[in-house]
Amino acid sequence: MNLTLKIWRQKNAGAKGNFATYRMEDVSPEMSFLEMLDALNKKLVEEDKEPVAFDHDCREGICGSCGMYINGHPHGPVPAVTTCLLSMRYFSDGDTLWVEPWRAKPFPVIKDLIVDRSAFDKIQIAGGFISINAGAAPESNSILAQKKNADSAFDSSICIGCGACVAACKNASAMLFVSAKISQFALLPQGRIEAKERVRAMVEKMDELGFGNCSNTGACEAECPKEIKLTNIARLNREYYKAY
Amino acid sequence: MGKLISKIPDGPLAEKWTRYKASVKLVNPANKKKIEIIVVGTGLSGAGAASALGELGYSVKNFCYQDSPRRAHSVAAQGGINAAKNYQNDGDSTFRLFYDMIKGGDYRAREANVYRAAEVSNQVIDHFTALGVPFARDYGGTLDTRSFGGVQVSRTFYAKGQTGQQCLLGCYSSLNRQIKKGNVKMFPRREMLDLVVIDGRARGIITRNLITGEIERHGAHAVVLATGGYGTIYYLSTLAVNSNASAAWKAHRKGAFFANPSFVQIHPTSVPQLNEFQSKLTLMSESLRNDGRIWVPKTKGDKRPANDIPEEERDYYLERRYPAFGNLVPRDVASRAAKERCDAGYGVGESGLAVNLDFRDAINKQGKKAIENKYGNLFDMYKTITGIDSYDEPMRIYPAGHYTMGGLWVDYELMTTIPGLYAIGESNFSDHGANRLGASSLMQAAGDGYFILPNTISNYLADQISVAKIATDKPEFEEAEKAAKERINKLMSIKGKHTASSFHKRLGKIMWDYVGMSRNETGLKKALELVRELKDEFWKDLNISGSAADLNMELEKAGRVADYFDLAQLLITDALDRKESCGAHFREEYQTPDGEALRNDDEFAYVAAWEYAGEGKPHILHKEELKFEYVEMKVRSYK
Repeated sequence: MNLTLKIWRQKNAGAKGNFATYRMEDVSPEMSFLEMLDALNKKLVEEDKEPVAFDHDCREGICGSCGMYINGHPHGPVPAVTTCLLSMRYFSDGDTLWVEPWRAKPFPVIKDLIVDRSAFDKIQIAGGFISINAGAAPESNSILAQKKNADSAFDSSICIGCGACVAACKNASAMLFVSAKISQFALLPQGRIEAKERVRAMVEKMDELGFGNCSNTGACEAECPKEIKLTNIARLNREYYKAY
Repeated sequence: MGKLISKIPDGPLAEKWTRYKASVKLVNPANKKKIEIIVVGTGLSGAGAASALGELGYSVKNFCYQDSPRRAHSVAAQGGINAAKNYQNDGDSTFRLFYDMIKGGDYRAREANVYRAAEVSNQVIDHFTALGVPFARDYGGTLDTRSFGGVQVSRTFYAKGQTGQQCLLGCYSSLNRQIKKGNVKMFPRREMLDLVVIDGRARGIITRNLITGEIERHGAHAVVLATGGYGTIYYLSTLAVNSNASAAWKAHRKGAFFANPSFVQIHPTSVPQLNEFQSKLTLMSESLRNDGRIWVPKTKGDKRPANDIPEEERDYYLERRYPAFGNLVPRDVASRAAKERCDAGYGVGESGLAVNLDFRDAINKQGKKAIENKYGNLFDMYKTITGIDSYDEPMRIYPAGHYTMGGLWVDYELMTTIPGLYAIGESNFSDHGANRLGASSLMQAAGDGYFILPNTISNYLADQISVAKIATDKPEFEEAEKAAKERINKLMSIKGKHTASSFHKRLGKIMWDYVGMSRNETGLKKALELVRELKDEFWKDLNISGSAADLNMELEKAGRVADYFDLAQLLITDALDRKESCGAHFREEYQTPDGEALRNDDEFAYVAAWEYAGEGKPHILHKEELKFEYVEMKVRSYK
């Protein structure tokens, strides 16, 4: 298939960006979206032009490196898929695709489609852990956890930290991201001990970094490639009220 | 240098580690703060080590090339992590785990190291559980386990098919706690370009800031490499596409011996290549072999849809050839068996380079729900990639480059042949011999990082307490920085026609065709020649657009591919030298009449540790003889 790509190009954080237009011919439906961009970059480098910069690594949807809007949707129009696993079979000959970096104040653009997501690390550093040193752990089976709680903790913990939730939110809220980590620990007995300090510290950091408030539109849940549920946000709120 | 001193402690196998810890030199808490340690890499071993060293009070600097330490490729491990807990009452023990690893590695690993890895495995599980890793649990609230290839006990702890992600996020959380406390300083988006050696000791690294292109110097009392494996030397592999061997290779050029480079694991169950533009192969966890049955049609070239082929016309070749272990034979055996069937013309799919992994019987017996609970995310991922629903028809799978057992040579203390330089996790060679068993990678990486290195490194650092903070204005830093800049300039100024990836792809094809699952002398020699030619072409015809003083992913790739040409030659040389078949290293000249690997213990029961002798000069081989005192060397049989 033949496609028209409108890709956001921006030299660096300080520069002014704009959309550049590229024609892609003979795109195979078996390519992934990033492989299609690889093909574009190959062409650009062979013409001695700068390739489009984008973050990517595992290319199997688990590292959370990749992420871009494709026609306005974080990770593209297909639900529950990261950009790296988005197959070109979902697009049709003649399509025009608008490709942009995450647009959110706490995620400044570094170059082209790459943004700085270190704000997510800062929130985790504030409290996303259980305080235990190597060597101090008790025997695993001395900590019993209900299977249904452990399973729910797992469902929350699979967040890959890609930032799609923030990108999807009109307020650039990080509530889904923060609530996933809060929920994982809140649901496990190991995590209860520091529950109050954790939720206070992470929410405070989230606010300080300029993420917006949650107004319950649910865009984050709709666009999350890992289908993290909105119920996590409800749990975060409950944990937060309990902490004061 | 030249002599390999493995520093294995005296005493009975089961007491070596305890005795070692009881006699190791310590650094007192007040001195620890003054000692700086660099850790490169943030996977299970790197983030584990950085956390544990921070907890002890050392000043740690941790580096990764990704934007966040949470993205290290440990994240992609799927099936599980082993421990000798014996929660199933099925006869497991530290010794049995040790024995399984030694046998699985085809008697090419060091007994003392492997025993210790098995010994700390239980601590690793306890630590991860305490960190809040949501392992699968039984209804009574205890941890659940499952079986994995190459063993007859159930010792694999898991979090669905995302065990690596969950363990890595556990490591990331403990790392974050130390960053908050100020014990660890994190340097993301940095690539290590060289190791700095002063008076024979590792004293720092040179890095490139991947955002600004700036070349930076970092000094430390000791350097720990936790930089993973070199599976992407095959271009297409199950690894993250940016995974590379450059840090290890740079250390090798500075004097760290490289051990058993030809021991590369080809994983049997990956999604087959679908198109020529493909950038990676996605793994389907080995745990699927617990319930999936592998088969091909009994008739050559049978192109009927899998579900139309009746039971009596299916060849469950693993169950046929290996009745005792069936579908759960080790990875090397399963991969070779798949290749054998496909080469003989029985492969399925358009290319004929695939076999069926069928869940029909398991679904009939256990119900779709049970299979969904165990493997739901893997089935989803398979469907996302291929569009095929494997609840209704078999998955198609084929082997892919996966894990490298070879790596930097280390002694019992995990120190390389450069004093003060350590290698942990996949970047060292020590625990998996010629073949790694499933779910023992996470186990070894976390064990190295959290529990072994933090104990052994004090033996070295105890003598370093009077050494002042390493100043980075020394001539050795100057020279290393200059060399790194010159190399970048050289790469940037070739201005040829082709991209680094296009060369990488061609290198991968040579490696896969001649140095993959099956090797022979003629092919290896040809590969050596082809790699040399391709390397010459690379240095004449590469193009990198953009600038080196900026974010430039083409430059990053080019540097890694350039190192791969050199590592590839060493890998081939090692494969040529090892005139036997063992584990993943299968030399066609050395096989039994029924096509099984034929080891030669009289001549090859050694670790091949290669010393770099200078640009263009042949490597020097050092042999570390392997002695087996607790395990009898037997023909590895899974029949």
